[in-house]
Amino acid sequence: MLTVLLAIGILVLLSLIFGAILGYANVRFHVEGDPIVDQIDAILPQTQCGQCGHPGCRPYAEAISNGEAINHCPPGGQATIQALADLLDVEAIPLDGDHGTETAKRVAVIREDECIGCTKCIQACPVDAILGAAKQMHTVIADECTGCDLCVEPCPVDCIDMVEVGVTAKTWTWNKPQGIAETSLNIIATDRQAEVVH
Amino acid sequence: MQTATIFSFHGGIHPPENKAQSLQLPLGKPSLPRELILPLGQHIGQSSRPLVKVGDSVLKGETIAINNGFLSSFLHAPTSGTVSAIEERLIAHPSGLSDLCIVIKPDGQDTWTTLAPLYDWQENSRTDVLAYLSEMGIVGMGGAGFPTQVKLQGAHKNPLTHFIINAAECEPYITADDMLIREKTLELVLGIEILQHLVEADNVVIGIEDNKPTAIAALKALITQRKSKIQLAVVPTKYPSGGEKQLIQLLTGKEVPSGQYPADIGILCQNVGTCVAVHDSIYLGKPLISRFTTLTGDALNAPQNVEVLLGTPVAHLLDYADSAADKLHRLVMGGPMMGYTLDSAAVPIVKTSNCILAASKKELPAPAPEQACIRCGMCEQACPASLLPQQLLWFSKSQEHEKAEHHNLFDCIECGACSYVCPSSIPLVQYYRHSKSSIREARESNVKADLAKQRFEARKARQDAEAAEKEAKRLARQKAAPSKSAGDKKAAPAKVAPTAAPISDDTKKLKVDIAIGKSKLKKLQKQLLEAQEAEHVEDINALQLHVSEQEKNVASLEEQLAKTAPAATPAQAPAAAKAPVSDELKKAKIDVALIGVKLKKVQKQLEATPDDQELKDKVASFEADLSKAQAALSALGASTPAAAAPKAAISDDLKKLKIDAAIAKAAVKKVEKALKKAEEIQAPEIDAIRQQLQEAQKRADDLEKALLNPVSTAAQPTAKTNETATNLDADAAKKRKIDLAIAKAGIKKAEKNIALLKEQGKDEAEIKASEWPQKLIEAQNKLAALEKEQETAAPITTAPTVSPAAPADADAAKKRKIDLAIAKAGIKKAEKNITLLKEQGKDEAEIKASEWPQKLADAQDKLATLEKEQGANSDTATVKSAKPEPKQVEAKAESIATPEADVATQVKKQKIAAAMAKAQINKLTKRLESAPEDAEYIQQEIEATRQKQQDAEALLAQLTHSQDNT
Ligand code: SF4
Ligand code: SF4
Ligand code: SF4
Ligand code: SF4
Repeated sequence: MLTVLLAIGILVLLSLIFGAILGYANVRFHVEGDPIVDQIDAILPQTQCGQCGHPGCRPYAEAISNGEAINHCPPGGQATIQALADLLDVEAIPLDGDHGTETAKRVAVIREDECIGCTKCIQACPVDAILGAAKQMHTVIADECTGCDLCVEPCPVDCIDMVEVGVTAKTWTWNKPQGIAETSLNIIATDRQAEVVH
Repeated sequence: MQTATIFSFHGGIHPPENKAQSLQLPLGKPSLPRELILPLGQHIGQSSRPLVKVGDSVLKGETIAINNGFLSSFLHAPTSGTVSAIEERLIAHPSGLSDLCIVIKPDGQDTWTTLAPLYDWQENSRTDVLAYLSEMGIVGMGGAGFPTQVKLQGAHKNPLTHFIINAAECEPYITADDMLIREKTLELVLGIEILQHLVEADNVVIGIEDNKPTAIAALKALITQRKSKIQLAVVPTKYPSGGEKQLIQLLTGKEVPSGQYPADIGILCQNVGTCVAVHDSIYLGKPLISRFTTLTGDALNAPQNVEVLLGTPVAHLLDYADSAADKLHRLVMGGPMMGYTLDSAAVPIVKTSNCILAASKKELPAPAPEQACIRCGMCEQACPASLLPQQLLWFSKSQEHEKAEHHNLFDCIECGACSYVCPSSIPLVQYYRHSKSSIREARESNVKADLAKQRFEARKARQDAEAAEKEAKRLARQKAAPSKSAGDKKAAPAKVAPTAAPISDDTKKLKVDIAIGKSKLKKLQKQLLEAQEAEHVEDINALQLHVSEQEKNVASLEEQLAKTAPAATPAQAPAAAKAPVSDELKKAKIDVALIGVKLKKVQKQLEATPDDQELKDKVASFEADLSKAQAALSALGASTPAAAAPKAAISDDLKKLKIDAAIAKAAVKKVEKALKKAEEIQAPEIDAIRQQLQEAQKRADDLEKALLNPVSTAAQPTAKTNETATNLDADAAKKRKIDLAIAKAGIKKAEKNIALLKEQGKDEAEIKASEWPQKLIEAQNKLAALEKEQETAAPITTAPTVSPAAPADADAAKKRKIDLAIAKAGIKKAEKNITLLKEQGKDEAEIKASEWPQKLADAQDKLATLEKEQGANSDTATVKSAKPEPKQVEAKAESIATPEADVATQVKKQKIAAAMAKAQINKLTKRLESAPEDAEYIQQEIEATRQKQQDAEALLAQLTHSQDNT
């Protein structure tokens, strides 16, 4: 009888001690959970183009967290959709064509002799990637340009072109190998090579 | 010399060496190619910036491009010649892409520029030597082309235990370093000594594979000879012992931790080629313009090592090594393990090109088709980096980059050992390369996205701040508005300046406004003066109005200014300016009085001797003086607008008086003129005109006197207004106009009725018998009277005017108005009833028999009398001519249907008027006694008042009479 009581007493004591430790750890090592909107926003390409129908990437991130479809971001394309699908644990769906199509990365280029210096493009650019002053020639800081297209519309003399960013030796990436070719699966070492009659 | 301990590393393979071919021939020296192509990005980091333009001629060793930032390098002309182009050319890169290159057309002279060797490098500071090496364009010549000075700087992060010179040259086919050591042993050792001096490592070890016995022997001999501390470590041949991390492990037994650099564990590695280049630059002053390259492969008839100028096209070297075009199947830059296939032989040799492998089909067969991984684990055993290649393959294939990273993908040196051993011919390295570049791309785009986000948010914050600022300003303006609008109310028509937020701005604006207002005022006053001189009465009135308005503006502005300029400037304009102004005002008043007195005297003389031209002239000049003085006075009065409220009221009165005075004077002048004319033509009316003149003069005098003591005049305005009201009161004028309109309407109505009667076929007799003709006449009479009144109201007297009679009592006027309204209402009612009767089909006789026509007539009559009363100051002649009728009518009217109450109030009113007039007379007589010098003026007043009294009494009698009749 005494042993039973002793065992119960020890167990109670232990549970109290561990409970206290756990409670302390919960407070002490509390991690502010990354809100889902931030995580979504981090996946979005931050082009700030508004093609998704929201005034910027973060508003779309908020909309997604509120249940909007994940396939409204053309600059992000399929990769972004895939990443969002992984994050939100939903089905990856094809890009919604209503919001535009995925294009190669582009930057705005101002034909500088034609610019009249109206500053309209500066006002349109969501990331302040255009440099210029009233009645002065304007130019795009290519490194800052997200290729959002928003400056093209307002230009009264249509001197802004969206130019595809070509691959240079510095930005070139290795292609993924073809993978296992269809033919290589059918290889029979003793079989005749080629001239297969169908 | 010491022999270093040798360790070993995991994995590694033993591919066929194939090094002998290129060592058959001695070091070759190819001829100058037709052009040298120098890519600006021959190294890791930022591309160099070209210093030359197309067409520039350059000497051998001249700098043609400088570094572009920290991680960058210099570039030099490999030979003398001209810059023929700076353009995109194909470069030696696995992508087969083009990049910007400086193209030099050699002149064949190979003329060196002036070389400046750094002989005293031991005395120079380390930084200076590093800078010198940077300017000499030295980069790592073994692998990626890392700028040497940057690597050396990084080596000082930790104290160096080992300085390792990499002479392993483990990759098959390549013998460039072997040849270099053989050819330039001394230079190599000297270069190592320089670097050792710079980095001060505990141990200096040359790591060399045991497949280079000649080179080892040469080194050994020299080191022994120089009694150098350099250790020679001969390592067994195993691929990839030349890998930096692998060699470090071989020589020191230490492993470079994942994601770290050798410098982090106190080790520095340099390639033998780099050491020789350092020697050449320090001792010879030669920049890095050439290198040792192996030309090998079955497709070459004369495989060999060459010392080749940078920028030499591969095609030129193939020619030099006598390539067999039919045999050439695959052109590879680098070795068979780590090199990459070249698409074109036009690409140039760069600082990192250690081998050109022109392979035949047999030598480098096309890779067998990839098959599924059988999980044999051979790759894992071969991997020198101790990775799990097949695991990485899965992650790479399924694009699980994160997991691949967790499995240390970035520790893979892309040695190709795993691919080499894989029985399934899986191009493992290609998968890893793809994964690596995908990850790098994602990282870069993440950085860019973060930047874009930052910029976007910064812009949004800025815009929000701007909007908030605007809003705040708007609110401030709104707050400021009420106080401003208070000022606005005082200056009803004033256009007050918009109030800016800061007070000082406010006051400034107000001051400016005041200045503008004052200048406008001055202009107006000037115009007024001119008008007064030119006797344009209408202009005077209008201008006077403007002037007073402007005065008000300025006054209100000044008040505002006083409010806005706080205690700091209390003694500002108003108080300070008031004193002198009021002084001036006094003076001006005195002036006016003096001139007035003089004028009077002269005019009296003129009366006595009307023919005296001199006197007349004097009168004119005095009058002009007077008007000027008055203008000055009014101006001054305007400039003291900040006076207290009661004063302001008086000044209003004063203004009116002034205007009256001006008008009266104008009248005097006119009459004088008329007199002159009359005298000229000996007209009989001379006397009458003279009398007029006298009267007008008197009036002017009175007004001037009133001006002199404005307070007293203000206190008893009624006494005088009866004389001047006709001319002045705008209200009265308006009323008269309305009366006129009504009278005209009455005439029209009467005419209409008459026309109606005619239409109805009534003959003339009948019509005459009806009341309408009578009414018409009455209305016409009334109209005439009113029109005359109107004329008299205009200041110029067209007919000799006897002093007017009716009291100008405001109360009485009001009451009369009420009466008028009642009478009019009565007329309307009567008319309505008549029309109603007509509508009901009653014939004329019936209607006439009813009381309404009668009533209508009565009411109309009464209206006429009332209106006449109102215009009682009209000239007596008209009144007299009009009188008999209204009297009759009155008698009739009151005998029948006039509301008795009306008559009673009338009676009362008249009684009051009479009483007031009597009181006035009494007062005036008293004043006459007390001030005999004003006798004339007072007497005049008494007379006028008496007239008034008489009129009132006459009216009273009439009214009582009519009352009696009812
Ligand atoms: S420059 Fe034009 S395309 Fe580029 S980010 Fe700005 S608005 Fe968009
Ligand atoms: S909108 Fe067009 S014209 Fe105006 S500043 Fe921009 S580039 Fe120049
Ligand atoms: S390529 Fe990478 S994974 Fe393959 S053996 Fe070499 S280091 Fe290991
Ligand atoms: S060697 Fe090839 S087949 Fe074998 S485990 Fe590695 S990847 Fe798979």
